This record gives sequence, structure tokens and C-alpha cells, in this order.
Amino acid sequence: MQAPVLDVKKLKTSFFSDDGEIPAVDDISFSVKKGEILGIVGESGCGKSVTSLSIMKLVPQPPGKIVSGEILLNGENLVPVSERRMRQIRGNEIAMIFQEPMTSLNPLFKIGEQLIEAIKIHKKGNKKEFEKQAVDMLKLVGLPRAEGIMNEYPHQLSGGMRQRVMIAMALSCGPKLLIADEPTTALDVTIQAQILALMKSLNEKLDTSIVMITHDLGVVADICQRVIVMYAGKVVEEASVLDIFKNPKHPYTMGLLQSVPDIRNKQDRLYSIPGNVPKPGSITTGCRFAARCEFVHDRCLADDPPLYAVEEAGHHTVRCFLHDTGGNGHHD
Amino acid sequence: MLAYTIRRILSLIPVLLGLSLIVFFMIRAIPGDPAQIILGQLATKEAVAELTKQLGLDQPWFVQYFTYLGGLFTGDLGESIKTKSAISEEIWPYLAATLELSFCAIAIAIFVGVNAGIISAWYQNSWFDYIAMVLALIGVSMPIFWLGLMEQWVFAINLDWLPTSGREEVRNPISSITNIYMIDTLIQGRFDQLWDVIKHLILPSVALATIPMAIIARITRSSMLEVMRSDYIRTARAKGLRMFWVVYKHSLKNAIIPVLTVIGLQTGLLLGGAILTETVFSWPGMGRYIVDAISARDYPVIQSGILVIAFIFVMINLIVDLLYAAIDPRIKYN
Ligand SMILES: Nc1ncnc2c1ncn2[C@@H]1O[C@H](COP(=O)(O)OP(=O)(O)OP(=O)(O)O)[C@@H](O)[C@H]1O
Ligand code: SF4
Ligand SMILES: [Mg+2]
Repeated sequence: MQAPVLDVKKLKTSFFSDDGEIPAVDDISFSVKKGEILGIVGESGCGKSVTSLSIMKLVPQPPGKIVSGEILLNGENLVPVSERRMRQIRGNEIAMIFQEPMTSLNPLFKIGEQLIEAIKIHKKGNKKEFEKQAVDMLKLVGLPRAEGIMNEYPHQLSGGMRQRVMIAMALSCGPKLLIADEPTTALDVTIQAQILALMKSLNEKLDTSIVMITHDLGVVADICQRVIVMYAGKVVEEASVLDIFKNPKHPYTMGLLQSVPDIRNKQDRLYSIPGNVPKPGSITTGCRFAARCEFVHDRCLADDPPLYAVEEAGHHTVRCFLHDTGGNGHHD
Repeated sequence: MLAYTIRRILSLIPVLLGLSLIVFFMIRAIPGDPAQIILGQLATKEAVAELTKQLGLDQPWFVQYFTYLGGLFTGDLGESIKTKSAISEEIWPYLAATLELSFCAIAIAIFVGVNAGIISAWYQNSWFDYIAMVLALIGVSMPIFWLGLMEQWVFAINLDWLPTSGREEVRNPISSITNIYMIDTLIQGRFDQLWDVIKHLILPSVALATIPMAIIARITRSSMLEVMRSDYIRTARAKGLRMFWVVYKHSLKNAIIPVLTVIGLQTGLLLGGAILTETVFSWPGMGRYIVDAISARDYPVIQSGILVIAFIFVMINLIVDLLYAAIDPRIKYN
């Protein structure tokens, strides 16, 4: 098997306040292979955005800080590198797009200026070449009248067009990895589908790996190959998309799936599991899902379950004592 | 942008008319008969009637007003009772002195205030932030008058670094062309005098700049803090842009919009503050011109002096409005 583009190992990112340390991302590991689209799903507040900002090393510090773990980008650990090196990586090797296309572009600069800036930071060339490349990117993401849009301001574009601009900007330096933090959540259904199709086609065309963060399992079904399910800062299940839908193991994943009657009906949000995501750091002993789990038993309240490998499948792990068959614990 | 500019300028016409009306009636609301007051209690009835006629005060108010307004349109501000010369001519040296002082003061206030605010926001909760904000808090509540005296005491009297008062060295007088001494000395190539002018400007400018500087620093800081939390700033950082450009390009352009409002208002207030500062530093500006006119009951001068200051205030706000539109593309469209 090929070496992964991104390999996150035991990452822990905490926020420090007067109340002490709040581990928003607690000991998570995953990897993304070349050309792969990995989904990260979970309810609001489970630490998806903090995970992606940690990879970019853009967690607001203070109060946030990467406490431990490794983030390997093609083998280079990003956790200890300098800000200077990170600036070379951001936008060039790892790019990111965000949830809110309405506010993710600077309202006071023309689209062209913002695109050219993104290219100029990392590439050599003259004004003409930058401009041509910017226009080409706008065409690549399927925007009509690309030349005209170069001279427009963000408020003159619709949400879907702005998200296309964001994608054009993110891909303009040919990054190996694109992190998309809920890129379609703020868009209406038809535009959502178009943006997902665009990302899928660019993934195939450019061979860019994608980390797709979402709380919508429909999105996962549409474009991801593998998925990790996060709960309260931890990975609770990891499997191929097929296994997650056909053979979910964690009670939380099953709950997520049950609350989507038809995965193609993307209008439905997931949350009908009773109870709420616990505040990170509020549960110190036992399984973090125990309060909402219908299978909860004594052991769940006493110990924190490790990740267990699910036997029949390929790479399928689950953080739940129900799947302890003795000897299959990863203890991480 | 051009259409917007023209629209904004046209919209000033009613403002300026209203302004001239207010000043006109304000002067006339001062109790007592001006002619009588000017000539004193012992003047004869005939002399008072003569002067009343001469001043045009025997006419109905609207005739007086339109005569005055007509004069304004041709740049005629009336005639001083005391010196008998045209106000439009004798006002300029005073106005130039005030403009030069105010310009230096607002330039200092903006430069120091905006940068202190930016750095405080960038390094929020650092020692720089704490010290700057404590100083700003002290600055806002500083009486300029007292500050001016303290400056003189420390830097002029005790340390003898800078002159106590005035605009120029008496032994080395400046031959004025524009009456803006920094420009005059520059075009004459008299750099020794330019240095003199700057030395004279420092203390009064700093005194005058203190309050607006403190206010601008605080507003800039809070505006920057808000902008720096926004999504597009995260986007700029995610591109790999250096923090310096993230702050001074992407953040500042957005954060400066609310600061501009404050700068406009503070520049107006500064003109008021200038009168106080001019008194402390014996600065021969509009403050002295108007105060002298008040003690001489020189009504036309008081009226025109106030009108000129008010006119500048309106112009500054026009400039601020146009700057908004130049910075924010969204303004023109709604
Ligand atoms: N700036 C911050 N200061 C303190 N705590 C924070 C900060 N940002 C995030 N957190 C904590 O991290 C937790 C995870 O937040 P995160 O934004 O990663 O959630 P998310 O999974 O992306 O949710 P959503 O679906 O709403 O985007 C939050 O519950 C919050 O407690
Ligand atoms: S470990 Fe226990 S509480 Fe946690 S998910 Fe499994 S059964 Fe539920
Ligand atoms: Mg999020």
C-alpha cells in the first residue's frame, strides 16, 4: 500500500481557560491516501473544525494548543515546524475551504485580487501569468464569464458561485490535500449537489486528496470512500463508506443512520438521537456516549473503551465494548 | 463613484444653508444692541443710528440674511468693525495657523492611534496591549489645557528642548507666502526655519492630538479584534499569507471603516480643542481671532469665524463619506 498523504497520529488539541483544559480533539488518528476522499462526520461541537484547523495549525492560540500527537504530511511532522514553514505549506500543499461562502471571501477586495494573491504567495511569475492562471481556475470550477468575475466583488456573486471561487482559490496552487469544512452546509440542495459533483470531478481530474468534513451522511455516501465518525473529540468508528452504511457497529453510528430515513434525501439533518453531545472534557471516566446509549452496561461507566477491530471487514474499527471479542483492542 | 460624489456634494447644499441660518441667528440672539455696545454707553443716539445703518442692522432680518448669503457666494465674508478690512482677506493667516496645527495633530492622532490599536489587537493581552490601553484610558480623560501646561513646564521650561509658545522664532521671522509655515519654509529652501516651525508645532500638536489619539486607538483595537475573528481572515491565513499582510491589508481595510467615523468626528472636535490649545501656546490661529473678536464685539468677524470652522467640519465629514465609498464597494449599490 502507498504511503498516505496525511497521517494524523494521536492528535490532541485542547483549549485552556480558567476552568482548566478542555480537550476538543482527544487522541484521534486517521490517514488519507493519495486521491482518496475521507469523510469526517459527527454532530456539532464534536471537534471536526478543530481537527481541520489543527492540521493547518490555525487553531486560535491562545486559548487553543496542539498538546500532543503528530500530523505527518508526506512524512513531515507539522506539529513542531516553524510558522514560516507552515506558511509555505498553507495554500500550497494543504488548502482549505470553509462552511460559509458568504463570509469566507474578503468583501473589500475583487475576486481577481484575492485569487491572484493566493497564487502569488507560492508561485513565481508576472502579473499576466497570474491573471491567466486565475481566470483558468475560475473556468475549471465551471464559472461562466470568468474574466468578468475577476473584476467583481464577493457581494455581487451568489453563495454557490462564491463557494466555486473558494474552491478555485484553494486549488490554484495544486495542493496535495484539500480540507473542506462543511463546504455545502450553507447552500441549498441543488447547489449542494453541484458543488459536490464539482469536488468529485476535480478530485478525479487533479488527484487531490480530500478531507470532507460534514454532519450529513448523505454527503458521505455521495463522494467519500472512507469515513471516520467522531463523537465528543474522539473517533468512535472508522470504516469504508460501504461498511458504515451496510454494517455500522457503534451505537452512535447506528443512531446517526437511523435518523436518516433515506440517505439520498439530503434535506434531512441527522440529529434525532436523544440527548446532546457532552461538553468536551465534561466526561472523564467511562464511554463518552454512555448517557445516550441504549446498550450501556456497567463496564461502559467504569472504563473508556479502546478502538476494537471488527473481524470480518478490512479496516473497520469501533470504540465500543460490545465489540470486544478479546484480543482485538487497539488500545489507542 | 463620480455620480456618488456629485450626489453627496449636492446633498450638502441644504446643510450649508441651515448652517448659515443658525450662525446668523445665533449672533443676533446675543442680548443688546450691537451698535450701542460697540460705541459704548456714552454714544449719542445719532451715532448709534448711524452705525446701525452702516452695519445694515436697520433692515428686516431676511434682507440682512440674503445680503449676507449673497456675499458668501461671492466669497465675501463681510468687513471687520474693528479693523475695517475685508474678513475674507484678514482671516487667512489665522486660519492657516489653525489648519497647520490641526493637521499635524490629527496626523499624529491617526498614525499613533491606528497603529497602537492594530498592535494591541494583534498581540491581544500582551504587555503592549495593556500599557497602550491604560494610556488610552488616561488620554481620553486628559484635560488638554492642563496637559498643555504640563508639557510646557517639562519640555520647554525644565528641559528647554522645545519653545514654550508661538509659531516661529521671533529673531528669525518667516516671510510668509501661503501662511502654512511648513510649506513656506520648504519652498524657500529655509530648512533651518522649517526645523524651527516643527519645534514650535510639537508641543501644541501633541496636546491637541492626545484625546483623539486615545479614542482612535481604542476604536481601532476593538474593530480589529472583531475583524480578525472573521472567516475571510481565516481564509487569508489559510492561503499562507504572512501575518503582517493579513493584519495590515485584509484586516485593516475592513476595520478602518468604523474608525473613519470616529476620525471625522474627532477632527471636528479637534477644531474646537484647537481654540483652547491656542490659548495655552499663544498660537496665532482662529481661536485667537475669534476670542479677540468677541472681546471687541466685532460681530461680523465672530459670525464669519464660526461659519468658516463649521464649514470645515462639514467638509471633513464629506471627505469621510467619500472615503467610505472608496473603501467599501457595497456602499454605492444600496
Ligand atoms: N476558540 C475556541 N475557544 C474555546 N473552545 C473552543 C474554541 N473553538 C472550539 N472550541 C471547543 O471545541 C469544541 C469543538 O468545536 P468544533 O468547532 O471543532 O466543532 P465542530 O465539530 O466543527 O462543530 P460544527 O458542526 O458546529 O462546526 C467545541 O465544543 C468547543 O468547546
Ligand atoms: S461502550 Fe457502552 S456506552 Fe459506549 S457505545 Fe458501547 S455500549 Fe454504548
Ligand atoms: Mg465546524
